[in-house]
Amino acid sequence: MNKSRRDFLKKAGMTLLGASGARFVILGIADAEHLPDSGGSGVRRRWAIAIDTEKCASQGDCTACIDACNAEHNIPRIDNPEEEIKWIWKERAKAVFPHQLGNDSPRTLRDREIPVLCNHCENPPCVRVCPTQATWKRDDGIVMMDQHRCIGCRYCIVGCPYGARSFNFRDPRRAIDKLRSDYPTRTRGVVEKCTLCAERLAIGAQPACVEACEATCGAMVFGDLANPDSAIGRLVRTTLTMRRKPELGTEPKVHYKL
Amino acid sequence: MLEKALDGGRGYWAWVCTLLALIGLGFVAYLHQFNNGLTVTGLSRDVPWGFYIAQFTFLVGVAASAVVLVLPYYLHDFKAFGKLVVLGEFLAISAVIMCMLFIFVDMGQPMRVVNVILFPTPHSLMFWDMTVLCGYLVLNVLISRVTFRAEIQELPPRPWIRPIIILSVPWAVSIHTVTAFLYSGLAARPFWESAVLAPRFLASAFSAGPAILIMLALLLARITAFDVGDKALHRLSTIMLYAMLANLFFVAMEFFTVFYSSIPEHTHHFRYLFSGLEGAHRLVPWMWFSLILGTGCAIGLLVPRLRHQRSSLAFLSAGIVLAIWIDKGLGMVVGGFVPSPLGAVTEYWPTLPEVGISTGIYAIGALILTGLYKIALSERAVI
Repeated sequence: MNKSRRDFLKKAGMTLLGASGARFVILGIADAEHLPDSGGSGVRRRWAIAIDTEKCASQGDCTACIDACNAEHNIPRIDNPEEEIKWIWKERAKAVFPHQLGNDSPRTLRDREIPVLCNHCENPPCVRVCPTQATWKRDDGIVMMDQHRCIGCRYCIVGCPYGARSFNFRDPRRAIDKLRSDYPTRTRGVVEKCTLCAERLAIGAQPACVEACEATCGAMVFGDLANPDSAIGRLVRTTLTMRRKPELGTEPKVHYKL
Repeated sequence: MLEKALDGGRGYWAWVCTLLALIGLGFVAYLHQFNNGLTVTGLSRDVPWGFYIAQFTFLVGVAASAVVLVLPYYLHDFKAFGKLVVLGEFLAISAVIMCMLFIFVDMGQPMRVVNVILFPTPHSLMFWDMTVLCGYLVLNVLISRVTFRAEIQELPPRPWIRPIIILSVPWAVSIHTVTAFLYSGLAARPFWESAVLAPRFLASAFSAGPAILIMLALLLARITAFDVGDKALHRLSTIMLYAMLANLFFVAMEFFTVFYSSIPEHTHHFRYLFSGLEGAHRLVPWMWFSLILGTGCAIGLLVPRLRHQRSSLAFLSAGIVLAIWIDKGLGMVVGGFVPSPLGAVTEYWPTLPEVGISTGIYAIGALILTGLYKIALSERAVI
């Protein structure tokens, strides 16, 4: 997205927000001034999520984060796993951390089902390969998607080392359980993925998955990694957390405590 | 000049009508895909690119291979290619148009294709691929038109075309290099993340391209009075042979690096292609067939008698094309996706609509080539 268009949307968005205080649904323009975590000192924010997988696993087959995300974003329910749309879902820890977990690692750890989502990389390969800038990184580090510009070439899916992106092989609107009118639906033939709930950050709320998780076991912590006094800043600086495939240099911002 | 394409005998029109019928079927299949989305293909979350992109990759090589005629003829004054050069350029034109069509049918939102031009993105290799392919098409249309017109008027070509011809040589190399960069620059896909991918693409292209030209030349010699001559055929078959040997050498380099270092991410893809992974082995017979056929044909071409005799040369050329087509048009793209970044093994096979659409595009390419060759040979009064 070019600068002037982005600035225009930003201003338009702020006006909208100020005027109505309504739920803000235009994607990609949020600045999230008033989240409790934000440093506010002019330092560039780095939104991040940390997941305590042990806590998460203690809840068994809990899918609160997934259900909240699906409902929040009008995600279609497609039964064919080859054409599924998923922004956050669970994978076996061994598949998520193939280098760190070997056959001799504790079984409970290896087989643990842990949530995976877009890592909102500092250095996102999907943004690098997209031929139309339909996916781009915001100043606060969120990797966004413009489904109106996406041509459906799927190069971003090919470039993503985490399998975090989904392609609408068919019309998703026919497969939405309960349509939410304040969030856009997508069309056939475009790519989509987690946006870290940019629309919720804009009104000072946490991402839907984190909020839902807080209501159950609180395994997910969201915040500004650039602010050392934030909860996530303290957590990441004092505990050993891992990120997926750090050797690729993508600098993921989803941290896992195994 | 163009009207010559509309003047032919019964055989010519039967061939044109067959192609038109295939194009019609392909178009119907495309309408089906257009209305229902890419769900009609065999593509999936884990294998997001398949037959279309693989054909695109193979055909970029065919397009680039015109350079094996242009370079010896214009830069080294190899006269025997004189009658053949324009046919190579026509093949490049037809191949580039097929490439563009394969990209187009692969898109989820084809009506937004101009977004690539409206929002030019230099950090995306796809932008560069589009740029170099369009440029290559313009270069070949221009060069073939100017030089062929001069030939018919029995005049030397205009001098200003020569720097453009020289520019087309590195440009041809660039189209296949950039196409390789589409793949080799991705940290997410260790199978392609190899510096030898671009050289390997070029080597296989400079073998398959001449092989197609040889088959076309032999076909024309059979059905028309046009004969390129043994000298040109010998030179082309030598180029095809050494390019194939280079290609096989690069394949061997890949095997050594991957299996001696034994990094699982790298070996998994080769194991999937050549021995199967977690019970999935759909491509295994194809890959072995391709490897054995390609090696066998290269050995056959090393025998001067087999290389010089037209009947055996036709067979060996067909073998080379088939071996490289399987390698690039089936294994190369899909192999990069199995296993997925999360270790899932999802197999891919093109569906009937995919094959129908692809056949339609190949028919469009054949029709363009037929028309252009018809014009060339009619103007030269050999048919």
